[in-house]
Amino acid sequence: MFRPETAAPLNALVQTLLHNPHPSLSAGQRELIATYVSGLNNCKYCCNIHGAIAQHQLGNNAEIVKRVLADPDTAPISQKMKALLKIAAKVQSGGKNVTDEDIANAREDGATDIEIHDTVLIAAAFCMFNRYVDGLATWQPDDADLYDKMGEQRAREGYLTAPFKVNRETENLSTL
Amino acid sequence: MAHIKLVNEELPGIVGLLTNRPETAKPLLNLAETLLRGPSSLSSGEREIIAASVSYWNQCHFCHTSHAAAAAAHLKTGLGLIDEIKAGLPNTPVSDKLKALLQIAHQVQRGGKNVTEDDIAAAREQGATDTEIHDTVLIAAAFCMYNRYVDGLGTWAPGPNEAYSEMGERMAHVGYGKF
Repeated sequence: MFRPETAAPLNALVQTLLHNPHPSLSAGQRELIATYVSGLNNCKYCCNIHGAIAQHQLGNNAEIVKRVLADPDTAPISQKMKALLKIAAKVQSGGKNVTDEDIANAREDGATDIEIHDTVLIAAAFCMFNRYVDGLATWQPDDADLYDKMGEQRAREGYLTAPFKVNRETENLSTL
Repeated sequence: MAHIKLVNEELPGIVGLLTNRPETAKPLLNLAETLLRGPSSLSSGEREIIAASVSYWNQCHFCHTSHAAAAAAHLKTGLGLIDEIKAGLPNTPVSDKLKALLQIAHQVQRGGKNVTEDDIAAAREQGATDTEIHDTVLIAAAFCMYNRYVDGLGTWAPGPNEAYSEMGERMAHVGYGKF
């Protein structure tokens, strides 16, 4: 780990936003927001890993993740999730782009204040994580199986446990 | 008025949001404390200038003005630094290393992939270490979060620079652990 001092608060943040119990949004729904925003930011690593985590949080359903990334409006998700993903996309393009109408639409579809708050914060946080990962030009594996294994682990354990050790040459996994 | 109902509608910017949701406030504040006041070879004043500059580029009035006021408190420059940061620091003695790090921060603000090898090489030539480059990228990225959080929920912010004087002093000298 290059900088444990900053890793600790970053991991605590992602654990709170995506994995800890939430009054109404499931971990799978929250991971979908993170995946969708990472896709909009073209961050391959974040999009793949959070897509894999979302898949495992949603009963190993890869179809939902794929369809949300392609077009949330036609994806098999609730109207409320569609409205929240619209807010997330506005946040990704810039905080001021969220309109009263976006908020009113989400409320009409049943979104609560905490759900709107957490959607904005998750979308904002992934505008950070994506820039952090891409801004330092980190290595991003291509192996879909690798993302699936890492995603399964994070869906189960959350973000505070040691990562798998990945052999960069072969992209093989082994536990530390 | 903010997009959501806040426990205390009078608290400006991120302060109202943090008070409203302590579960998420804790890691957000720990991150700010670590990035801006934790151990680093960059001074807190330099790091607050990076945070304020990114916030200005993101047009987040609350974050720009409050973090510029914090930089002014660290560096004892007076509140003129707030407008200096908007203008790109033409009249402030800034090291060439910090100028190169601000260029990296600006690229991160536009998008992570915009950072070029030339940007990194230029910073290294001015003596920037790997940790300084890492922390600059992370501070810039973090303010792309804080700014979107504050503006995405439509929070209110005081207008004039002078209204941020006391807040800047507190951010600089009390820190982000006890806001």
